Amino acid sequence: MISLTESTFPVLIWRGAADGAFRRYEVPRLASQTVLDVVTHVQRHLDASLAYRYACRVGMCGSCAMTVNGKARWTCRTHVDTVAGDRTLEIGPLHHLPIVRDLVVDMAPFFDKWAAAKGEFKPTATRYDDFAKVAPASPARRAIDATIECIGCAVCYASCDVVGWKSDYLGPAALNRAFTLVKDVRDGARAARLRAVAGDSGCQSCHTHQSCTERCPKHLSPTASIASLKRLVATAAVKGTL
Amino acid sequence: MATRSVRYAAWRFVLQRASAAVLALCVVVHLATIIYAVRHQLTAEAIVARMHASVWWPAFYAIFVIAVAIHAPLGLRAIADEWLGLRGRATDTVLALVALVLLGGGLYAVRSLTA
Repeated sequence: MISLTESTFPVLIWRGAADGAFRRYEVPRLASQTVLDVVTHVQRHLDASLAYRYACRVGMCGSCAMTVNGKARWTCRTHVDTVAGDRTLEIGPLHHLPIVRDLVVDMAPFFDKWAAAKGEFKPTATRYDDFAKVAPASPARRAIDATIECIGCAVCYASCDVVGWKSDYLGPAALNRAFTLVKDVRDGARAARLRAVAGDSGCQSCHTHQSCTERCPKHLSPTASIASLKRLVATAAVKGTL
Repeated sequence: MATRSVRYAAWRFVLQRASAAVLALCVVVHLATIIYAVRHQLTAEAIVARMHASVWWPAFYAIFVIAVAIHAPLGLRAIADEWLGLRGRATDTVLALVALVLLGGGLYAVRSLTA
């Protein structure tokens, strides 16, 4: 563990695009210091050209995810104590997404896949209808109690081996979103959504490695969502409704 | 993606899982058979003679072969896709041939049990 008795500690931060390299900085050691604090210190006091992304700082917005000592994490809620051990802190951009510059990746492929998985709510009601009444204890609603909490940080996507192997694989977040909507009783695009996630790049490609579930900062299980989609797709195929 | 290719992908998944379930049982029975044969020091001739005596053994191995012929090419297809980036009609054609070779060779061997 990086000792609090040390006044500074070394940090390696990725600089440049895909052909960039890690650069070393000395950062003051503070109590309860987060990885985002470290990056912010570097940008404000050591090198103003460092590019990184954050917004809420409290684990709600999903914009500050980075690769910290080899693992994707939300940096605003990750303490230096818990990840650095006795090693140098190494902070890089997320895997599996194009690097724009330094710690900023292009999130377009990630959200394009949400769209490809039909991650958009398609209401069956109109503005003239009464509010839908969804019983909180109903099985369909309980199935998505957790899945609706996804903040779209792409930690799961960056941690997924299959995304690394198959560039068109929709990935854990998009499939989790698709499952959430499949179970939403107000949604009217179930059949089209199941077709969207049933192709070569869809849910069947998941190997159940569970890296997404292990790394999800919200403690969700995209693996379980994907497993449910596999069952729904298989059932629809057998019944001839796909 | 066209509806047809989506259904094709979904059916591949169903067949892969179903054949895996069949293989799980078949492999257990097959291993138990091997252990029995070794424990009783049965020769190949003795094993074949016993299998001739029953319609169930050839039927069992025919099912085993069919499950292998379905399961193995689908698994190879996933490996070709993920590791080599190969997918499409040419890959599927080669894997269909692999399936036919497994099916033909396997059923030929099973047939010798019944002859």
